[in-house]
Amino acid sequence: MQTSPRPVFLNLLQIRLPVAAVMSIAHRGAGVLLFLAIPLLIGLLSLALSGDAGFVRAALVVQQPLGKVVLFLLLWALAHHFLAGIRYLLLDAHLGVRAPYFRHSAWAVLGAAPVLALMLLWGLA
Amino acid sequence: MNRQLSGFRAWMWQRVSAVYLALYIAYVLLRLVVSPPGDHDALVAWMGGLPMWLATAAFLVMLLLHAWVGVRDVVLDYLKPAPLRLLVLLAVQAFLLACGLWALAVLVKLL
Repeated sequence: MQTSPRPVFLNLLQIRLPVAAVMSIAHRGAGVLLFLAIPLLIGLLSLALSGDAGFVRAALVVQQPLGKVVLFLLLWALAHHFLAGIRYLLLDAHLGVRAPYFRHSAWAVLGAAPVLALMLLWGLA
Repeated sequence: MNRQLSGFRAWMWQRVSAVYLALYIAYVLLRLVVSPPGDHDALVAWMGGLPMWLATAAFLVMLLLHAWVGVRDVVLDYLKPAPLRLLVLLAVQAFLLACGLWALAVLVKLL
């Protein structure tokens, strides 16, 4: 890389990111979190399929407080990744690329994800 | 897994797998909320039926593909030193391979 005399400003605490950038970073973070959670889900499915006792234990795991917190965080990550992914697919099709929609849809994803996660948590456990 | 899965092909597969994952997950979550299997037998009857079993096996393949392309993109964006990159990418592959074999073992027992 060439060194140039241009000033570089990279103070992450002072840079104000556009909302779409915040949503995008969260999409990545959620993706990595979901990737790390794959063994948890396989383990839970394996337990639930192991027999009557295993099924009851798997149901208890997601109903105890700690299980509910973990489940909520994973559902939030999933909801965010899901909704942001749909937004990206629409952008690929050149839908919502223009000024107000681009920002509004990013806000909508950020706001709707935890609501969807809460609704799913309420429905599931 | 790695071969040819870069550039446009990776970009396209990421979207194809995303659509499949979204449809499968939407169906499973909806079903679990609307009429959850009440006991072990009901769960086995649901997951072990041939269409659902095949859909789940396809989900596993698509999930591993999607996770690989996505995490690889993240690793390539943030980790610059070549040896570190290689090490982390190999760890990611080993992790996904282990997950895939474990899930396959769980699925095969359902048959």
